[in-house]
Amino acid sequence: MAPRPCAVLGIGQTKYKRRRDDVTLDGLVREATLRALEDAGATFDDIDAIVIGKAPDALEGVMMPLLSLADALGAIGKPIHRVHTAGSVGASTAISAVNLVESGMYDTVLTIAYEKQSEGNATWALSGGKSGGQGAGGTFAPWIRNYIARSQAPEHIGWMVAVKDRLNALKNEYAHLHLPDISVEKVRESPMLWDPLHFLESCPSSDGAAAMVLGNDDIAKKSGRPPAWVISHAKRTEFGQFPGRDTVRPQAGVECSEALYRKAGITNPREQIDCAELYVPFSWYEPMWLEGHLIAEEGEGWKMTDAGDTELGGSFPVNMSGGVLSSNPIGASGMIRCLEAANQVRGTAGEYQVPGAKISIGHAYGGAAQYYAMWMVSSELNPEL
Amino acid sequence: MVSLAEDVAIVAFEQTPSHAHFNDSEPAMIMPCVNSVIEQVGMDRHEIDFTIAGSCDYLSGMPFAFVMNIDAVGAWPPVYESHVEMDGAWALFEGFVRLQSGDIDTVLVSGSGKCSPGSYREGFSLQTDPYVHAPIGLDPRTQAGFQAQALIAAGKATERDFAEVVARSHANAKNNPYAQLSGDLSVEELLAEPYVQQPLRRLDCPPTSDGAAAMIIARADKARELCDNPVWIRAIDHRIDSHHPTLRDLTDSPSVRIAADRVGLHDGPVDIAELTVTYSPEEIILRDALGLNGETTVNPSGGPLTGSPFMAVGLTRVIELARAIRNGNGGRGVAHASSGPALQQNLLCVLEGDS
Repeated sequence: MAPRPCAVLGIGQTKYKRRRDDVTLDGLVREATLRALEDAGATFDDIDAIVIGKAPDALEGVMMPLLSLADALGAIGKPIHRVHTAGSVGASTAISAVNLVESGMYDTVLTIAYEKQSEGNATWALSGGKSGGQGAGGTFAPWIRNYIARSQAPEHIGWMVAVKDRLNALKNEYAHLHLPDISVEKVRESPMLWDPLHFLESCPSSDGAAAMVLGNDDIAKKSGRPPAWVISHAKRTEFGQFPGRDTVRPQAGVECSEALYRKAGITNPREQIDCAELYVPFSWYEPMWLEGHLIAEEGEGWKMTDAGDTELGGSFPVNMSGGVLSSNPIGASGMIRCLEAANQVRGTAGEYQVPGAKISIGHAYGGAAQYYAMWMVSSELNPEL
Repeated sequence: MVSLAEDVAIVAFEQTPSHAHFNDSEPAMIMPCVNSVIEQVGMDRHEIDFTIAGSCDYLSGMPFAFVMNIDAVGAWPPVYESHVEMDGAWALFEGFVRLQSGDIDTVLVSGSGKCSPGSYREGFSLQTDPYVHAPIGLDPRTQAGFQAQALIAAGKATERDFAEVVARSHANAKNNPYAQLSGDLSVEELLAEPYVQQPLRRLDCPPTSDGAAAMIIARADKARELCDNPVWIRAIDHRIDSHHPTLRDLTDSPSVRIAADRVGLHDGPVDIAELTVTYSPEEIILRDALGLNGETTVNPSGGPLTGSPFMAVGLTRVIELARAIRNGNGGRGVAHASSGPALQQNLLCVLEGDS
């Protein structure tokens, strides 16, 4: 049997903020869930199964939180299961939910991801629970320096990405950071955290939740809501450390995108895909992923950024919503990439809409840049490429 | 019962013994299981289409502990892989669902957990609601005590019934080389033991265990190609109840009743039931909710009361059932996994032999 077609029919997000002291964890996930249901024109009664994801439990100190969140998620009497694949988890969770619909076993599935980083210490957790750890920026900075050395990219590329994503975020009411006076000078003058990453080239720590209602083709027809058809998805994992590993352009990332494009019949991603939400927690990962996911040739990614191609209005917009650089509730960040890609092809992206976007991708990575999860959505079930 | 697009079978399985303390890393515990199942089917590990694992960071005491576990599976060249922060039985659920799409043939499923390095009661109290329950230390054993007391108060069971579950489990485990505890215990001597959590006594509760389990499942054609005696997964379903003990009838399990209906449990004979009885009173609740009668053999392996490596224990129930069916001890049966305090979340998996 062929997989059952699956579409995004509803999207819900909370406002992303440094601290959401106004809600409990239950309140946070409930807020995103109710918005997704409303957007889908659905109620809890319509939901057949729930897939939830987040980064490590230690971020909030709640073990297996699906148990205590089950009531708030309307899960009682239903299947609910929890995905955890490090930083890629938000996108992995969405893909697991797609699997449920594609299996034909479940017609309508709610998927939700969240993080309430203000409850704990993210850098501690991201250092594997060791005190004095290097955190994510400390892990990635040497690989970024390696990218710069290999590609001969000029140092202002990182600053440009930091500015572009924050300007995009001004058009997104849910974004955490709204920095209207951001500029290349401000980024350059902000404190150096991990050479070459300045403070303003790093993602924030956010509280927030993101949810989607997914349905099969029958449900999509009945709902009358604009669908974002999930026309392809892929995941790949590799070891985090071994001799000879290419940490700048990890093979798992290359193979993940190859699998994604192959399934959708994409032969020229740069031309056939209209825009992308890529997981860019540190500025330089924009050009690195443009290359690492085969949108640009090796050594050419930074030139797309430099030429303004990745801006809203450019030939290949990236992170129209403001991206991870503007909102980072870690476990939800991958799901936000996926749902923002869906917003684009549904035509529901508001002020940051790419006109006429037909095909878009959502992407996340995690661990030591070793976990990859990607999906491709389209306004049409069988789009002409 | 849900109609399925694809028939799926278990083609290979392996488990570690339930260790009181496994004196090495979690990957070292998983690796022999993974190597064994791959060898059983004669495949190269790169021919496995999808891999999914279940484990829990909190048991290992460090965030991202599951990342280390891919060392046991092998991830070079890169693999198509995922992970659930749950018992391996839920990894099996997702693997089974994934095969229904019909575009891949084989899934490697694993579950693993080491309870011995930490304090089970302190750790698992973090599983409860963080605002009301966790601060007062409402750990799973306390809630199991509530559940046992509720059964007694409702006239549904006595302490003697609990002791009988324990005695039978330990006796059954004498034939199980993977069991951690086993032996002949009389109900009278069990009832003479002091309470640890009234009305629960020490052996009404599980031992502290480390362990891992793995299996390979495959779509029908591939399953027949890979092995001579596939064990078919006829249905799998899981459901959850309210987290709040005061919002539930603790003497019943509505989630098990729904799941039993969804998997068509009584559409055929139920020869064997391998149940995640973490505390002895749970067997009484589960038998009732599953509608089991005297024709079903419950926990011939001894069950979790004789070895309870969390995160592997549910998947191990499926393996014990598959082994019993392969050995001709029954034609059809149900395996049960559970998660959360007081049987909050439950999974059922119906297996059938190849005849």
